[in-house]
Amino acid sequence: MDSLLETKLSRRRALSCLGAWSGAAVLWSVVGGVPRAYGRAADPAAGKVTGFTFAQISDTHLGFHKEANPDVGGTLRRCIADINALPHRPAFVAHTGDITHLSKPAEFDLAEQMFGDIRVDRMHYVPGEHDALDNGLTGYLQRHGKQGDGKPWYSFDDHGVHFVGLSNVVDFEAGKMPTLGDEQLAWLERDLAGRSASTPLVVLAHIPLWTVYEKWGWGTADSPRALAALRRFGSVTVLNGHIHQVMQKVEGHVAFHTAMSTAYPQPAPGAADSPGPLTVPAGELGRYLGTRELHVVRGKSLLGTVDRPIAGAADLQAVHS
Amino acid sequence: MNRLATPLALAALLAIGLGPLAPVQAAAGPVTVEIDHFVFSPAEITVEPGTIVEWVNHDQTIHNIILTTARVSSPGLDTGDHYTYRFDVPGDFPYICGLHPHMVGMVHVKPRA
Repeated sequence: MDSLLETKLSRRRALSCLGAWSGAAVLWSVVGGVPRAYGRAADPAAGKVTGFTFAQISDTHLGFHKEANPDVGGTLRRCIADINALPHRPAFVAHTGDITHLSKPAEFDLAEQMFGDIRVDRMHYVPGEHDALDNGLTGYLQRHGKQGDGKPWYSFDDHGVHFVGLSNVVDFEAGKMPTLGDEQLAWLERDLAGRSASTPLVVLAHIPLWTVYEKWGWGTADSPRALAALRRFGSVTVLNGHIHQVMQKVEGHVAFHTAMSTAYPQPAPGAADSPGPLTVPAGELGRYLGTRELHVVRGKSLLGTVDRPIAGAADLQAVHS
Repeated sequence: MNRLATPLALAALLAIGLGPLAPVQAAAGPVTVEIDHFVFSPAEITVEPGTIVEWVNHDQTIHNIILTTARVSSPGLDTGDHYTYRFDVPGDFPYICGLHPHMVGMVHVKPRA
């Protein structure tokens, strides 16, 4: 991708005096049809949010219990508490995949039970590759396939925003980045055809739709075809998970965001021999886990985001809008 | 977790003299492939027909084994889990981790002597 404005979100405050755990939801608000993100749900700035907001959580990995975080349920509960404490109640929560760690029925059941404690009207999901083990997406679709009529991709409209959920976590090929596949891409093109270019779009997918780091498979091989269908729209916000850290890139009218996990961090691209759970010093985990809040503002081309680590007052704020 | 994808019933039958008419080599191995830091090691091995290959996951996260040409997929392997597969048919068997497809390996099975 050329002429990229690629920024890592800046820390607005010193990350001192943090508690043992951190994980955050990001609150998104939609005002006048354009999403804007407001970092952690616990951020005081979230109190000023008006309009249509929604939150994003990702990579909850329920079932993981290794050194990097022996208590993923505990960190998720912290995130849920942050969302529930928002003065402006989000319309819904979008989960961008890896709900479970091993695709076990008990893990899906636990997720359903825990997400039931979030004070929102509904949840929207896309699958992660950890939700597609052993029996493929069977278990995931039994619980979350209704919206896509049995497929893991779907779309819906809310407050003038067109939301699209995509799946890029099955049919992996050796040595290649994952794909969306021809069937899903054809559906996406049909879904977007005829829509006004002024319609704000929000795209949900687990693995980044931009190439973050090809060597680790952090990208989607056939995303250029998807982006070709998205590019004519004036406001496109792509929300991903998978890499367990906040990264952002803006390309024309398309803003890409990856989210923190609520379970465990991963190394920055190329900063370690391999991806995978990153064990951080005791007391610092909370800096690396969190949620996202989004706020859609009509008349703004890009959605603002606020990523919220679950650890105390720390926040990461996107400075575009 | 110890998974053996190819049934060993045949080997058991052979052991008690109930095998088929054609001679079949006894299982050899296992040959172990370690999974560490998202790498198969050794990534490429050459074995005799009938060899059992065992993969052991040492990473904190889950991996699985997908033998693409053999259309075999292991369950997800958590830390410390292992998976075994007996290679009876000569040929080349590439495999990947289905969650991390940049992890690739190869098992070459020699022709029968």
